[in-house]
Amino acid sequence: MKTFLILGAGTGGTMMANKLAKRLDPKEWKIILVDRDVTHYYQPGFLFLPFGYYKPEDIFKSKGKFVPSGVEFVVSDIELIDPEASKVTLLKDKRVICYDQLLIATGTDIHPEEIEGMMDAGWRKNIFDFYTFEGAMALNGFLKNFNGGRVVLNIAEMPIKCPVAPLEFMYLADYYFTQRGIRNKVELVYTTPLSGAFTKPTASKMLGDVMEKKHIHTEADFNIMEVDSGKNLLKSYDGREIEYDLLVTVPTNMGSDVIKRSGMGDVLNYVPTNKQTLRSEKYENVWVVGDASNIPASKAGSVVHYAAETLIENILSAIEGKPLTAAFDGHSTCHIVSGFQKSLLIDFSYEVEPLPGLYPFPVVGPFPLLKESWFNYLGKLSFKWIYWNIMLRGIPFPLPPSYSIAGKKRIELA
Amino acid sequence: MAVKTIAGKEVQVNEEGYMTNPAEWTKEIAVEIAKEEGIAELTPEHWKIIEFCREAASSSGAVPTLRAITSGSGVSTKDLFALFPKGPAKKVARIAGLGKPEGCV
Repeated sequence: MKTFLILGAGTGGTMMANKLAKRLDPKEWKIILVDRDVTHYYQPGFLFLPFGYYKPEDIFKSKGKFVPSGVEFVVSDIELIDPEASKVTLLKDKRVICYDQLLIATGTDIHPEEIEGMMDAGWRKNIFDFYTFEGAMALNGFLKNFNGGRVVLNIAEMPIKCPVAPLEFMYLADYYFTQRGIRNKVELVYTTPLSGAFTKPTASKMLGDVMEKKHIHTEADFNIMEVDSGKNLLKSYDGREIEYDLLVTVPTNMGSDVIKRSGMGDVLNYVPTNKQTLRSEKYENVWVVGDASNIPASKAGSVVHYAAETLIENILSAIEGKPLTAAFDGHSTCHIVSGFQKSLLIDFSYEVEPLPGLYPFPVVGPFPLLKESWFNYLGKLSFKWIYWNIMLRGIPFPLPPSYSIAGKKRIELA
Repeated sequence: MAVKTIAGKEVQVNEEGYMTNPAEWTKEIAVEIAKEEGIAELTPEHWKIIEFCREAASSSGAVPTLRAITSGSGVSTKDLFALFPKGPAKKVARIAGLGKPEGCV
């Protein structure tokens, strides 16, 4: 009996456990899935919690519900991965699991302590994150009693999980304060280390235009040096200082500590991974899915979903001793909620930046790209159901996983 | 993709002005691009970072991000900003004839 070990039962690990359980022969393979906790959060929902648009109970379920039968689910921290010896030591009972194939799906977490002063007296008083359940809920409590002032959002450094989430936060804040009738008493400031609203030029221009339309000020090329929570001041390395009444931080994102302890990560604890095969650059029986890898694609659930199609084929080829023929193209599809029951959609890959047009089909769409629409918003709302019922269970969509240029238009930027 | 003449040499550049072939780079080109980026003179401290980035890029295949430069070269973020004001990682990458750092995805 051979062992297929999966570390992490988040979006990637759960999805792959379902795919592997369907494709591996149970007489030959035992699949073990390890995670440190039992609650699966629908992470796109964190964005809506601060504004009360989702209730906490809307966004979590038990991880066990999504573990296919025949797969052993172990709840434990991971002490160490020893890829040279193909074994993993768990914290619980110091259990040692020897594996034939390993899939790392340990994700990424925020590290506010990386920024000087971030976790001083102001932390969770008037400084909040929304990338954790606790942070998003604490921010919800603060916003209920907030009646005006300057709201500053800061992105500490790239890459971050869901690179459009900070933009969505600003768009939704504009909507939320408008609904409460206090938009004229709130100043919205977006500070980013990027040179514009987004990472790629066309989307940056078009999303930046939406920012302007909503009277959200963008402070670009802002590299945070420290937070002075005594004076409510944000300072950049180039000497800029911005006062805030509420600071919403998107802190440094880093891979799991176990990756660091095991000496398997880069400077941000992400595992060096071949961006096409999704196999570890160093170990032939180690695979990486989702945010844990260093591939230059967005850290997002849609990327995991598309990558999983490549990954399952390559894993099966490797097990059968065949060459790896499936190649991931970096395909990513992201909703950008813009408030007022509207949303934008972007679709891109390693090679092609987000462009305007129609998705998924030319001419008929039905979803317009890089444009606010009510139809896109319906798509976004229905996505929660799709996530729980189709994506996590590893069921393929009736849409091709590969990126397609059809229906997209290149435009001249002024 | 376009061809641009820098320091008397024709080189390939992308739409954001980054060179696309590190092999076409010369020290003279670095001096010219540095001027475009508002750095009048490249000191030995500048060259140390430029060379670190070229070596890191050729050995790993990835253009180093700000964090990779500080942890790999031992130069603090604050000093880097003094040497290459505003966006050091992007600036050094351009001056060193490399692509835009891939941290920005």
